[in-house]
Amino acid sequence: MKLNKASLFALIAVLELASDTEKQLSTTDIAQKHGISTHHLAKVMRNLTHAGLVQAVRGAGGGYRFSGNVRRTTLLDVIQLFETLESELDVPNWGNDGDPIIGELQSITSEIDNLTKAVLDTITLATALKNTRIRAELIANQA
Amino acid sequence: MKEQISIRNAIASDLEAVISLDQWAPHEEKPDYWSSVFDHYVRRDKSDRLFLVAESGSRVVGFIIGEVRAWEFGSPPCGWVFALAVCPECRQSGIGQQMFEEISNRLKQAGVSTVRTMVNRDDKLTLSFFRGLGLCTGKYLELEKQID
Repeated sequence: MKLNKASLFALIAVLELASDTEKQLSTTDIAQKHGISTHHLAKVMRNLTHAGLVQAVRGAGGGYRFSGNVRRTTLLDVIQLFETLESELDVPNWGNDGDPIIGELQSITSEIDNLTKAVLDTITLATALKNTRIRAELIANQA
Repeated sequence: MKEQISIRNAIASDLEAVISLDQWAPHEEKPDYWSSVFDHYVRRDKSDRLFLVAESGSRVVGFIIGEVRAWEFGSPPCGWVFALAVCPECRQSGIGQQMFEEISNRLKQAGVSTVRTMVNRDDKLTLSFFRGLGLCTGKYLELEKQID
């Protein structure tokens, strides 16, 4: 599975902001911290704002703040704002229901897609953040 | 003030409370199903079969059931949790986690080091709950087919 850039940036931004719901960060702050494109992230932030996951804070010290529910929002909820995670077979007969081989391949890719979605749809932001903290502690202990 | 929660072994008189907490089994199958579960996990006292309830005051507000299973398709002995419920108004207060931690401790005492469960992929709430406790997809895949 390869997430598109927008989904990945969205996950990074949402997890960064949700790690401290009082925190306000600008697009540049998030982009610089994680080494990603500010320009691309700015477009992603507009979508996240529209979806109600983040809130734009105006004025001095403004930026974005997380405004969703960390215990009820899953990784899939964020990703699906940007892509469907449906595999497409790059063949001329795509969508031709009469071809049994294409039909079988569609069925297999659909099974894989459903598994992928089932995993992403059960990891809440709270769980991902908890695991992130554990990972950070392990790294700090090894240093 | 938040009521103290205690976790204890289920007893025969918990049957009605457990049935009322169960949101999954079809109504018409409940009495027979639960009666056999109580026979198997409550009345026969075995350390590798666990049926625990969470109690708030004298009220049963949750239950969890599990057991040690061994050598299914070569799987070494491991703990299985196959039922868990918390009454809706008591959720998000850590009762499910308390029950899961207690059953995990008991399973460990019974000699296993892994706990496993199987949940409908549409049951996001329960799956997210287990994910939050550190469970992730394991080595075994559930497969099924319709039998004509």
